Amino acid sequence: MDDREDRTYEINTRAFIGEHYTPYDGDASFLQGPTERTLQLWDKLKDLLTVERQRGGMYDIDERTISTITSHKNGYIDRDLEQIVGLQTDEPLKRAIMPFGGIRLVHTELQAYGRTLGEDIDKIFTYRKTHNDGVFDVYTTEMKKVRHSGIITGLPDAYGRGRIIGDYRRVPLYGVDFLIEQKKRAKEHFTFDAMTEAVIQGREELSEQIRSLSELKEMALSYGYDISHPAKNTKEAIQWLYFAFLAATKEQNGAAMSLGRVSTFLDIYAEEDLKKGTFSEAEIQELVDHFIMKLRIIRFLRTPSYDQLFSGDPTWVTESIGGMCLDGRHMVTKMSYRFLHSLTNLGPAPEPNLTVLWSQSLPQAFKNYCAKLSIETSSIQYENDDLMRADYGDDYGIACCVSAMRIGKQMQFFGARVNLAKTLLYAINGGRDEKSGEQVGPKLAPITDEYLDYATVTDRFEAMSSWLAKLYIDTLNVIHYMHDKYSYERLEMALHDEQIVRTMAGGIAGLSVVADSLSAIKYAKVKPIRDESGLAVDFEIEGSYPSYGNDDERVDSIARELVKSFMQKMKKHTTYRQSIPTLSVLTITSNVVYGKKTGSTPDGRKAGEPFAPGANPMHGRDHKGCIASMKSVAKLPYAYAQDGISYTFSIVPSTLGKNKEMQVENLTTLMDGYFAQNGHHINVNVMEKSTLLDAMDHPEKYPQLTIRVSGYAVNFIKLSREQQLDVIHRTFHESL
Amino acid sequence: MSVIGSVHSVESLGTLDGPGLRYVVFLQGCSLRCRYCHNPDTWNEKGGKPTVSEDLVKEILGYRNFITKGGVTISGGEPLKQPDFVLDVITRLKKEGLHTALDTAGSVPLTLSKPVLDAADLILLDIKSLDDRMCFSLTGMSNAHTLSTLAYCQSIGKKVWIRHVLVPGWTLDEHLLRDLARFLTAFSCIEQIELLPYHRMGQYKWEQLKLHYSFKDVSEPDARQLAMARSVFEEEGLKVLMTSLGEEKESKVG
Repeated sequence: MDDREDRTYEINTRAFIGEHYTPYDGDASFLQGPTERTLQLWDKLKDLLTVERQRGGMYDIDERTISTITSHKNGYIDRDLEQIVGLQTDEPLKRAIMPFGGIRLVHTELQAYGRTLGEDIDKIFTYRKTHNDGVFDVYTTEMKKVRHSGIITGLPDAYGRGRIIGDYRRVPLYGVDFLIEQKKRAKEHFTFDAMTEAVIQGREELSEQIRSLSELKEMALSYGYDISHPAKNTKEAIQWLYFAFLAATKEQNGAAMSLGRVSTFLDIYAEEDLKKGTFSEAEIQELVDHFIMKLRIIRFLRTPSYDQLFSGDPTWVTESIGGMCLDGRHMVTKMSYRFLHSLTNLGPAPEPNLTVLWSQSLPQAFKNYCAKLSIETSSIQYENDDLMRADYGDDYGIACCVSAMRIGKQMQFFGARVNLAKTLLYAINGGRDEKSGEQVGPKLAPITDEYLDYATVTDRFEAMSSWLAKLYIDTLNVIHYMHDKYSYERLEMALHDEQIVRTMAGGIAGLSVVADSLSAIKYAKVKPIRDESGLAVDFEIEGSYPSYGNDDERVDSIARELVKSFMQKMKKHTTYRQSIPTLSVLTITSNVVYGKKTGSTPDGRKAGEPFAPGANPMHGRDHKGCIASMKSVAKLPYAYAQDGISYTFSIVPSTLGKNKEMQVENLTTLMDGYFAQNGHHINVNVMEKSTLLDAMDHPEKYPQLTIRVSGYAVNFIKLSREQQLDVIHRTFHESL
Repeated sequence: MSVIGSVHSVESLGTLDGPGLRYVVFLQGCSLRCRYCHNPDTWNEKGGKPTVSEDLVKEILGYRNFITKGGVTISGGEPLKQPDFVLDVITRLKKEGLHTALDTAGSVPLTLSKPVLDAADLILLDIKSLDDRMCFSLTGMSNAHTLSTLAYCQSIGKKVWIRHVLVPGWTLDEHLLRDLARFLTAFSCIEQIELLPYHRMGQYKWEQLKLHYSFKDVSEPDARQLAMARSVFEEEGLKVLMTSLGEEKESKVG
């Protein structure tokens, strides 16, 4: 620890953690309940959250100030009670405007809540362009068409792309002055043969990063903390780290503003303080609880249409907990427990998005503790550390839901997803949209057979996906060029190395729909019903077909091939800043919207019906029980979907075992099994269907009811009615 | 040599039929006609899926990562109605080191069932009623085979979990339960008693099959009745396993 102050040259958070952390093998018995101060503070916050809910989910907006790191006066929940300070604006839950992503969007957002933008701000944007303006200056007609038809949706062309994790730990570890020095030195040594575009861009970005670090210092100082030097104890470490994260959320309305992997890092300070007697266990837990409260109230201004895609007001403050060190030790510390324990001290909550990096080798006591909390709160997601460690080492974090990245060394260009089910319909209909009849895709010959022929369909689908993959990458290139230009994440990138790995993260939605459709075409007889213009608008299935989700190779192999083949198609194209294409099978809550925008499909799904979320099998088609279903999902190749494969699992408690003890044991076994099978991600919901039904009718009774949906957790009562019904209809594993 | 059996369905996540996480195979066909049966679709001997024992075992082995701590349960229907098939499946599974349980009402003569009882690791034996007349009214059959199955398990030292469905107005009677509990204390092969509260969740299947559900007016037991049943068995020194309905979570609602 003594060398912390004199780390002179290289920034290396991972080495610091590896050298100093203390693995914890014990159980949860050391944990402390909430302090009086914590209870009082949480009560105050709960009241504010009630007001927010009563005001239709919007507490207040500051429409007069463009949000920057230093734009707002200090804000507090209760200055005397809170041990960790700092808010995005001058009041808790009050949302700020961040117009550099797109001014039109800010207008729409304000309009939705009956507000108008200050004239002076509006005027600025008659002179200055935004990310959104830039993108639309470049979009081709074809790009606009696919965006409109919904074959590519959710693109971050009008909102912040997010999914960038600053290494916020660098601020407590090194202090801001050292970080500034490092960046200045880096700029000095930014060597080049010629002043090319890449070099110009790099140097400008470094300057922006340095500027943002100074502003970070200034903001912290306004709260009475000088963070130019390293943190000296647990309280400072949490406070410094939080300031860094807070600064990022003051400036970027990123779709996902993830925290990284901070708990085991912070435990090093806590261990030292416990030894020295600086803080007691109860005091450390208090600091954690207050920090978590702050993370729970990160807020962004968003539009109702955004909410349809990513509903429940998510911020994806994802914190990755546990996992294994490359030297064979596990990375569970007391701080891993303390973070999770906030779910008990403060009750369940969707944020921060607590993510356990599961390994077969984690201590049994910790596995059981996690399983118990999952059963009690449904607030945790799990991802396969044994799978990811091989690619990402032992200091990666999860951005958003399932995207692993090495912290401070890697970022991604978020690409939302393409609608694979619609692509299949385009293949059948010769590129015409099945809803509008418009020619959106390339004008191939439509299939006119009375019954669909597998070879013909796969051949056309191949052609249509190739077209889509290229257009997709091209579109993402436009978006990310403009995002870097007009809405660069300078503080988050200031907390990265200078030489970073970038990925271009594409995604697919509707995997199970397409796998089942192709299976139906192959193993049953599928007859398209065509309208007068020849468009296949519905399908009749004669006979039965093997469906994805039953551990049946006949169809699981089709699903696997779909993932692999789309990934390979994306790889063929030139990407912005030499980013490496990756793929996710993740829908968040957009499976409902995608379904709405997609006509009937050959698997028997009717027009408008939701897709299954993420990589889940379609509702009600997994008839061999949920382990068979998990096995099908686990077969999807992570090597071709390195941005993550999301699986959501919901079960009623009595199906998991006859008493709590058995439920814990069975859930632990279930996860060990799923991950041993190479499953990548799993959301675990353990709850009664009746609770959800009651919560739909009496939301006021369930302010903290939390459920996990594709890759994140939400307050159930914040979902739209449509999405609530989708969650309820989704396979609840309850029958035996 | 593989044997062909008739399989109704499988459940890859079994947590309620034997210890740990289990793969459960439901076989087709049953001679009993329990009035509360929640799987009447397994009665008919026709209608199952013909399945080769070797293929079934191969499929189950694909679940090894999940069920090494738990195992496999062969249920039904009445699995003992297909003793050759069940014996072959169990023997193959045991060769692979998996734990096997047989979920049965013991409604088959011992001459047929003995080899299977010998082979399985655990017998989940459902005693419908110790009172033979009530057993007949409830199931259409005597309990004689069931009781001799229990006696046989005792004689060979086979582990048994007794299962007993608590039906208000029928079996859920303090005197009857006490008689049963006292009777069971004589069997050292019994590890625990699973008390299963009667539920109506299977009723819709009767309606789908156009069968007459005679228990329409039978209520599901309440918490007080269940507590009584539990204490009767515990007072006789028996270990009781019962789904805890009472402790459903308030916590998550917060």
